[in-house]
Amino acid sequence: MSPLEITPELLAEHRLTAEEYARIVEILGRAPNLAELGIFSVMWSEHCSYKSSKRHLAKFPTEAPWVVCGPGENAGIVDIGDGQVAVFKMESHNHPSFIEPYQGAATGVGGILRDVFTMGARPVALLDPLRFGDPAHPRTRHLVGGVVAGIGGYGNCVGVPTVGGETTFHRAYNGNILVNVMCVGVAEADRVFYARAAGVGNPVLYVGAKTGRDGIHGATMASAEFSEASEARRPTVQVGDPFTEKLLIEACLELMQKDCVVAIQDMGAAGLTSSSFEMAARGGCGIELDLDRVPLRETGMTPYEILLSESQERMLVVLRAGHEDEAYAIFAKWGLDCAVVGRVTDTGRMVVRWRHSVAADLPVQPVSGAAPVYDRPWVEAPRPIPEPADDRIAPVDHGTALLRLLSCPDLASKRWIWEQYDHMVMADTVQGPGGDAAVVRVHGTRKGLALTTDCTPRYCQAHPRTGGMQAVAETWRNLTAVGARPLAITNCLNFGNPERPVIMGQLVGCIEGMAEACRALDFPVVSGNVSLYNETDGQAILPTPNVGGVGLIEDLSGMVGIAWPHDDLSLLLIGESTGWLGCSLYLRELCGREDGAPPPVDLAAERRNGDFVRKRIRAGEVLACHDLSDGGLLVAVAEMMLASRSGVHLAIPDGLPSVAGWLFGEDQARYLVVVDAARVATFVAAAADAGVQARVIGVTGGDGLTLVGHPPISRNSLCEAREGWLPAFMGEGSS
Amino acid sequence: MRAAVVTFPGSNCDRDLVVAMEAVFGTSVRRIWHQESDLPSLDLIGLPGGFSYGDYLRCGAIAARSPVLGAIARHAERGGFVLGICNGFQILTEAGLLPGALIRNAGLAFVCRMVEVEVAETSSAFTRGYTGAATVRLPIAHHDGNYVVDEEELARLEGEGRVAFRYRDNPNGSRGSIAGVLSLRRNVLGLMPHPERAVDPLLGSVDGRPLFSSLLAAVGR
Repeated sequence: MSPLEITPELLAEHRLTAEEYARIVEILGRAPNLAELGIFSVMWSEHCSYKSSKRHLAKFPTEAPWVVCGPGENAGIVDIGDGQVAVFKMESHNHPSFIEPYQGAATGVGGILRDVFTMGARPVALLDPLRFGDPAHPRTRHLVGGVVAGIGGYGNCVGVPTVGGETTFHRAYNGNILVNVMCVGVAEADRVFYARAAGVGNPVLYVGAKTGRDGIHGATMASAEFSEASEARRPTVQVGDPFTEKLLIEACLELMQKDCVVAIQDMGAAGLTSSSFEMAARGGCGIELDLDRVPLRETGMTPYEILLSESQERMLVVLRAGHEDEAYAIFAKWGLDCAVVGRVTDTGRMVVRWRHSVAADLPVQPVSGAAPVYDRPWVEAPRPIPEPADDRIAPVDHGTALLRLLSCPDLASKRWIWEQYDHMVMADTVQGPGGDAAVVRVHGTRKGLALTTDCTPRYCQAHPRTGGMQAVAETWRNLTAVGARPLAITNCLNFGNPERPVIMGQLVGCIEGMAEACRALDFPVVSGNVSLYNETDGQAILPTPNVGGVGLIEDLSGMVGIAWPHDDLSLLLIGESTGWLGCSLYLRELCGREDGAPPPVDLAAERRNGDFVRKRIRAGEVLACHDLSDGGLLVAVAEMMLASRSGVHLAIPDGLPSVAGWLFGEDQARYLVVVDAARVATFVAAAADAGVQARVIGVTGGDGLTLVGHPPISRNSLCEAREGWLPAFMGEGSS
Repeated sequence: MRAAVVTFPGSNCDRDLVVAMEAVFGTSVRRIWHQESDLPSLDLIGLPGGFSYGDYLRCGAIAARSPVLGAIARHAERGGFVLGICNGFQILTEAGLLPGALIRNAGLAFVCRMVEVEVAETSSAFTRGYTGAATVRLPIAHHDGNYVVDEEELARLEGEGRVAFRYRDNPNGSRGSIAGVLSLRRNVLGLMPHPERAVDPLLGSVDGRPLFSSLLAAVGR
């Protein structure tokens, strides 16, 4: 290759600093060629190397007796009994989705599916936490429509049910939406595959779609701030083909039954480069790649382009030598391209050949292991001062307030979205979207996996540490509310530019809060992803550490939902209410204020209350359960009532400091449970014994929501408020 | 019951259909690969939901020309039962084994929900078990379930009692709210709703069961 002239522009284009370049020269003992520079650029990108977050991610607890594999592999793994494991991870596809919402979101789904089936797991569920800009922003509707269609288009075709997620709106995401996707799979514990290359001479097999020029520098794009100029990057967004992905899933899982796979890794961000480097690095070996054998879709591609392409639906497999024909037969059956493109070596080097010459020759460990790690300066966010509650009363009655909250974009029903997702395919969806956690039966068993994603970005913005704790606590609570034992979490940490100390402070605060909650709740982190530089023209998103939780229900007969079965049952509130309105949706939607402190998270109370509720659910005493979160008590009651197609009479206790606080406050560690009236006394006594506050607040029945002393609100009007907003928003005008 | 389910590349409800059939039939169900052109003697062949060959052309258009469809047509000619669900229904119309066509939903979006379906015809081997049940609840999940058929054919279908299922609240714009139709000899049924997703009380409905148990009774073994 011709010698490369290193200019500041070239380095800037590759998002490498002068110091980083100096380090590259030091490692190589020479100047890199263009292909090598490209490799360093992606391998040392924020997206691949976690260089800004690494030292703080180390604060997460990652171990528990039921954790089989923690962070560092393609996905995390937990034991779910009977020789089975759950494999799961969450990832972001924010930047591509903003530029090209359909393909950006679709390929986000494809990427996370590959992370899971590459470990030998059959994907069984997808969940999507989505954050969009202000509904009034001219692009929002287009983005919602495109992202939802993209997720559906991909997930529906591959035949993995999309069972949950979240969709919220805030102007802070106007120029930078968040599209995160979580995938959960199930595998046999003794059939798990890792991405560790081994065995000198073993063939390296390329499988799946052909390589084109799409997505070159996707990982670097994901590591840069946005600007108006980013629109011009549309060609760097990859295009997904869910049909090929479906074939790839079936073919890979079939191959994995054959005892001939040594290591396997998907070609995700940074494509062939990162998959081969990561496999070689984990296995402590080297790899020789022959680019002339890579199946190409376009002519005239350079080594640089072949190495950095992010064409979708491709896998790299290290086979046991001698089993090539077995593999060819399987991939031929599924109509997929497959070619031996290299061999495992013991040199510790990645040697890339192209047209009889060496296109790149790099030491594996320094490229993937010696990426710079930054201790970026950060400032701790000050703790906001709570204000007295009494000056935060909206000038409307409680019924009107409830209707306005139910129809606000964050609380309005997302049926319009999840009805576009096949949430029932695989015929194991026991609880679909719309409840606290989705429940997917482990195929052929009585077990269920409870799944949820949660985060309250406005709390994280107000006080990152509290917000981080709350995201984990709410995840744990949602799993508990269906009767599951929370096992572990994955996460996707979405933040702005970490080079700004305030943003870095948000990241550190959220991580520390999450870590504290994970420790207190025995709820370790087993996988995750970091997405930084979520800014457009200097405007950062709200700090959004999305948490994805997995819980286990050993016997599905012990599961509950949010709908109660019949009238004349007692509705009980579990947990303490102080009427906390700071940072609440009530404050934002009805008083037009986003200030105050978020509700404090008392992890001991969280654990105590949750353990109590789960125990009562498992004892069969609880007929319905719902956790309290956004919008507080009255919103939760209305949601249960609507799911039950029933009504409820609710008492307001005497002597409250603020009725609005009682009805709409967002105190944590609380649940609503529905119990047979005859069992209330023993239930309350058991709560007292456990040190848990439980009080009867209402009785089920009737045709609407009646707050004692106020005019009743019909179920129809509640239903219209909740169901009406999103279809009306998406239906307005033409797209 | 000698039953089989076809897998096309891109089928994704094949396993679900096998599981449901085995649960009701109590016998194991054979899997057929799309390239098989010689089939053993069978009582029932199921064409599952999904996206055969990616459905990048019209839904079911490529599958209708695959090797296995010839064998399925011969099976149907001999009077064997054929059940096409969702993509399977689309394939059967593309293959000419059922009249009409399935085009994009009137609302243009994919729709997945539990719907109420009227069993419009109980005098068929597929639907006899629904006698007395006015409406049943079955899930739908499709982008192209809008059944179209010309005036003349529609009159024939209605007149011959070949409309097997009808939506109560038409979710996709189908002509005559048609959710499922029978062939002239009543041994081929295509329907958009997914009975295989409604055989287990845990999943919210068992209204798919009578369809399979009717077939079991009709085959009589």
